[in-house]
Amino acid sequence: MPDVSEIWDVILLRDYNTRLVVFCTMLLGCACGLMGGFLLLRKRSLMGDTLSHAALPGVGFAFMFGVWMGGDGKSLPLLLCGAALTGLLGCATVLFIRNQTRIKDDAAMGIVLSVFFGAGIALLGLIQTMPKGSAAGLESFIYGKTASMVMQDFKLLVFITLSVVCLSLLLFKELRLLCFDEKFAASLGLPVRALDLLLLGLVTAVTVAGMQSVGLILIIAFLITPAAAARFWTDRLGLMLILSAAIGGVSGWLGASLSAFLPRLPAGAMIVLVAALFFLASLLGGIKRGVLVRVLRQRSLQRRIGRQHLLRALYEILEAASPLESRSQPIVRTPVPFRFVRGRRSWSDVELRKILKRACADGLLRHQQGGDEIMLTEAGLAQAAKMTRNHRLWEFYLIEYAEVATSRVDRDADTVEHVLGHEMVARLELKLKKNSQVGPNPVPASPHPIQPID
Amino acid sequence: MINNGLQPFNCDGPSLTGQQTPLIVRDLTVAYNRKPVVWDVDLCIPAGKMVAIVGPNGAGKSTLIKACLDLIPRSSGEISIYGSPYRQQRKRVGYVPQRESVDWDFPVSALDVVAMGTYGQLGWFRRVNKRAKALAMQALDQVGLLDYADRQISQLSGGQQQRTFLARALVQDADLYFMDEPFAAVDAATERAMVELLQHLQQRGKTVLVVHHDLATVPQYFDWTVLLNMRIVAAGPTAAVFNQENLRKTYGGQLTLLSQAAEALLKSSP
Repeated sequence: MPDVSEIWDVILLRDYNTRLVVFCTMLLGCACGLMGGFLLLRKRSLMGDTLSHAALPGVGFAFMFGVWMGGDGKSLPLLLCGAALTGLLGCATVLFIRNQTRIKDDAAMGIVLSVFFGAGIALLGLIQTMPKGSAAGLESFIYGKTASMVMQDFKLLVFITLSVVCLSLLLFKELRLLCFDEKFAASLGLPVRALDLLLLGLVTAVTVAGMQSVGLILIIAFLITPAAAARFWTDRLGLMLILSAAIGGVSGWLGASLSAFLPRLPAGAMIVLVAALFFLASLLGGIKRGVLVRVLRQRSLQRRIGRQHLLRALYEILEAASPLESRSQPIVRTPVPFRFVRGRRSWSDVELRKILKRACADGLLRHQQGGDEIMLTEAGLAQAAKMTRNHRLWEFYLIEYAEVATSRVDRDADTVEHVLGHEMVARLELKLKKNSQVGPNPVPASPHPIQPID
Repeated sequence: MINNGLQPFNCDGPSLTGQQTPLIVRDLTVAYNRKPVVWDVDLCIPAGKMVAIVGPNGAGKSTLIKACLDLIPRSSGEISIYGSPYRQQRKRVGYVPQRESVDWDFPVSALDVVAMGTYGQLGWFRRVNKRAKALAMQALDQVGLLDYADRQISQLSGGQQQRTFLARALVQDADLYFMDEPFAAVDAATERAMVELLQHLQQRGKTVLVVHHDLATVPQYFDWTVLLNMRIVAAGPTAAVFNQENLRKTYGGQLTLLSQAAEALLKSSP
């Protein structure tokens, strides 16, 4: 394990190499995050994967070409150019297969990326046997090797990141329309194909630049994960892209730093794992579409529905028990046997007991006779009356304006009443005041016979 | 002999070949994978009409619209919009694509979507400015969605999404509109409100082409009808071409539709 001073060295970026690597991966992360956002929304995520895998044979060819030209073959610009060329060729092959045959996108990508990758591996093997040139280090393109990064990489990444950011800013509106509604974009005269090519070109640049540090197998995760994570936090494209770039940048920084502490852990893997942690946290905790938020909302709605069903059932039982001639008077509170309530709806004993317990804790009702009888409190009765009133208002509305049959109206009103807000109720009242059916107070009579108890 | 219904309106007349005619289609054939979808279509739509394009599923209604907008390659034929090719008349044309053609989960608000209608006028690189936003808000108001401007679009109902698309087309401030099933997933009250908006456009001299599915409302909403089943079965004033004979030719043996159509005819003729 590294000691404290080593950790500080890394965090404060004291070491030149660490500094270089961390800055490089951060820049790469920002560029990847930004491009990944567009790629994700254009539904071309896997195109990035095809591109990176298909880049490997290009590395091999470029090396051979370099050796043939008389160098040692390891000129970085040459290798990256080769990678970009076969990467794009791979994408073109996918498009060709898709357009000319009945094979769909996913299958075409599967075929192309594995064949190109296989060819690349074979080429690298062949290069090992070549008498001239040292092929050592070429395989770092596969898994990534940050240690091999130099100032040249940093400059390249600064250039690429700046281009990506500038073009995204300039073409924000055009790219947004392209990703959202391609047909409409085309009808406005936007050059859809050229924009797609530009997007592909930028993704190629980012992918090829990232191959050295993250490796071609893992670069796809660096493209897509930050964007997918960012989507959980916001419904605005601009913010999503900023977040995505930020998550990418931070993942790059943390991943590279972790790898600097523990040199046995390759940076590419660490970066992807950090990005995955961000994704997991977003998936669970994202405020716009995270799982937790959804579960909590669902549960609170369910509880509210249960509570409202209970209160209305109690009210209707009390109402049925009161003599007909006193119906215009407020209902009198009397204890209600548990089994009466149980028979009102298709709820299970356990379910009903839970609802009762929570209502009891909130002071809406009391248990009597060892839990066999339920007595509404003053507050509980008021709420029950309100609930029933809302339900019936809605029923009247459905009968009057939506022409729903009286016999069906209970079921229909049931699904809606729980989400009726104050405003809606006020509007219902206003609308129905014109009808004589709704008296001033308290709860109108039900428009349909209420199912008998037991 | 196919009754093309063009007798009351001749496209070759000297006054009508010119810039006044919103849409002239000649000899249009479109094929997917060598299988023709739209076959030898000749069509002429006079200005200021509300036009229904009806026909069974797979009759090529959407394809016809997309071909008019240069969205798909055509195998043969010419399309003239106000006397020129589409690419020269883009700013005079508005388009409402099918609702299902986009991903409504996309991170944009209703206002963002409607503002897309101004992109054609804004031009490259320019950001959506205050004026564009004001126009978009106005259009949202027209379709009754002002309160929903900031909603993410997946939180709109199907009908509201459809109205968002209509608002985007309104913002385009075009002279000729192509609308692909704008009434799908829309409830009756909303449909009537939308039709009123379209009729308002018509009163201002605009021409509106609508792919429509509900035969019962064709005579009520549209004064011009195109019956399409790969070929044009008939096209002309609704009163002249929307009859049982032509519907039978268009829908062939699809009896359920035929009976619906007969019902529609009964309703429309006093």
